[in-house]
Amino acid sequence: MSAVAPAGAAGPAGPATPSAEPPLLSVQDLSVTFTARRGSGRSEVRAVDGVSFDVRPGRVMALVGESGSGKSVTSLALTGLLPARGNRVEGRALFAGEDLLTVPRARLADLRGRELAMVFQDPMSSLNPVVPVGLQITEVVRRHTGAGRAAAKERAVELLGRVGIPDPRRRVREFPHQLSGGMRQRVMIAIALACDPRLVIADEPTTALDVTIQAQVIDLLSTLVREQGTAMLLITHDLGVVAGVCDDVTVMYAGRVVEQAPRRELFARPRHRYTAGLLASVPRLDGPRPERLTPIPGTPRDVVAWSEACAFAPRCTAGDDACRRGDLVLAPDAGAGAAPGHLVRCVHPAPVEQP
Amino acid sequence: MIRFIARRLLLVVPVLAGLVVLLFLWVRALPGDPARALLGQRATPAGIEAVNELYGFDEPLLVQFGIYVRQVLTGDLGSSGYTGEPVVASFVSRFPATVELTLAALVFAVGLGIPLGYLAARRAGSWLDGLTVGGSLLGVVVPVFFLAYLLKLVFAQWLGWLPTDGRQDVRIDATHVTDFYVLDGLLTREWDAALDALVHLVLPGLALGTIPLAIVVRITRASVLEVLGEDFVRTAESKGLAASVVRRRHVLRNALLPVVTTIGLQTGLLLSGAVLTESVFAINGIGSYLFTAISQLDYAVLQGYILFIALVYALVNLTVDVLYGVIDPRVRVS
Repeated sequence: MSAVAPAGAAGPAGPATPSAEPPLLSVQDLSVTFTARRGSGRSEVRAVDGVSFDVRPGRVMALVGESGSGKSVTSLALTGLLPARGNRVEGRALFAGEDLLTVPRARLADLRGRELAMVFQDPMSSLNPVVPVGLQITEVVRRHTGAGRAAAKERAVELLGRVGIPDPRRRVREFPHQLSGGMRQRVMIAIALACDPRLVIADEPTTALDVTIQAQVIDLLSTLVREQGTAMLLITHDLGVVAGVCDDVTVMYAGRVVEQAPRRELFARPRHRYTAGLLASVPRLDGPRPERLTPIPGTPRDVVAWSEACAFAPRCTAGDDACRRGDLVLAPDAGAGAAPGHLVRCVHPAPVEQP
Repeated sequence: MIRFIARRLLLVVPVLAGLVVLLFLWVRALPGDPARALLGQRATPAGIEAVNELYGFDEPLLVQFGIYVRQVLTGDLGSSGYTGEPVVASFVSRFPATVELTLAALVFAVGLGIPLGYLAARRAGSWLDGLTVGGSLLGVVVPVFFLAYLLKLVFAQWLGWLPTDGRQDVRIDATHVTDFYVLDGLLTREWDAALDALVHLVLPGLALGTIPLAIVVRITRASVLEVLGEDFVRTAESKGLAASVVRRRHVLRNALLPVVTTIGLQTGLLLSGAVLTESVFAINGIGSYLFTAISQLDYAVLQGYILFIALVYALVNLTVDVLYGVIDPRVRVS
């Protein structure tokens, strides 16, 4: 199972040219506010704040950020899986022209599992422990394709084989606890791909797995997605995962997008200080070996409100009084040699390293 | 599955053996003459002599134990110290009434309890939830005999909708095959007899089932609330499954484990005899038999009762274990 060469799959034009195709999913100005009643007053927390990005057919968009940056909340908001109460979702999320945030529940239920499918973080807790894995696949097949019991079972066996589970005919009868962690995630992927969806949203699909299994699962996911021409929104905090499979990257910090660019562009010339910090803190095999990795100082808790300043400023090496402004916008990168579609929200963009 | 059941049945043996030892010692530890205690009011010099002979009370303790064990194993639990009826025969004739009453109470408690508990959890914090939780608290605190009299007063005496007591109208000349009256009516195709027996079960069933209902509601609610927060429920929803499938296959199936345990415990409790309910509704079951035995200190009956109930509990627990295995595959493996 060798990795598909990303450059080849991205087309000869290279990643710098955004596809002319209209986006499959266009998220526009998405905001999610959690509300809670505290005593007499109400407290509000804005977890996602004006996030916009496009996912094009057949391409993989990474949503990168650390814990609490709002990336998972974004994915749950898109699929209508946030709790029914205690939150407010604003903005638009056009999926093939339909706004996922306002479609009727029944229509959303039709779309979920068929047109847009999800892979969750922890396959142990995300699979039902008391239902055989076969049934967890066939139930989604039968719901959306109207296949009979036997046909759906055949499909489940075929899917399990395709995600690389040996002896699938026996495995369909087994329960999640009888499978290893990697196999469980393969089952999750089989469920997601069961109805040949147009968009797969994978929320930290490798985080709960052993390192050796992580690469296999990412490989599998990207191979299947490219074979079927499926678009994917990959949510991760792991830039290693991004480097392997993604076409475009959106970096989030404290609920907002701070940088957005094609993958190569982002890795070659990160402009936001947070992105640059993330890259500097990841060990790389393809460059000169630095003495030690450079961590980003502070923790994600050290934030100020975006309405007052750049939320990253307290942790930023370049932060100064100029960062204290509430009107920082996500703007096209003005630096020399910037690729089209490279957006950044920063007062003091990181210098571009000359090759 | 058969091996699983066999293993669980084997586990019952040491429990019952221990109980037999305790019961054996209990009667011998009574102050005074054990033969006199067992005979109760029927104690005559000749009778005491006979019992001493029968149980070997003059023999060493070990020999006595051997005699006792042989009697228990052959199904001889002695006779009542008052009526002289064999204890086993009394249980056999009275147990069907208790089983019928238990089933009626369970149907009410489980049939209403699980849906109510589920709804309350689904709408946690709503007025329905508040009403259910409050109502279940009330259900636990209202004394059974009070509720039984109240039901009888309103539905039997004032409104006249349901019979006041008994298991069947005496004017119905029903044939009894099994002593389960409803079942008898069905078996002999005496539909009116079956219906009448069923109608007689309504009020006692409600009275006896109220506490189990309240408990089932609470356990179900708590359990469903917990499962609703699980990741796999979110997964099920992300697949676009019908609400009924999510509810049945993904939420309830996982939430039912603690509920099944609770129902098992309640079943054992109910089968041990509902003294108060049986008294109020004049039902001749295990409960009223126990009540009489206690008030008369009928040791032979009490001894038999304890052994009998231990067996009932063991069987109920076995059923619960088997159900566990059916619901949760993880139990079968371990």
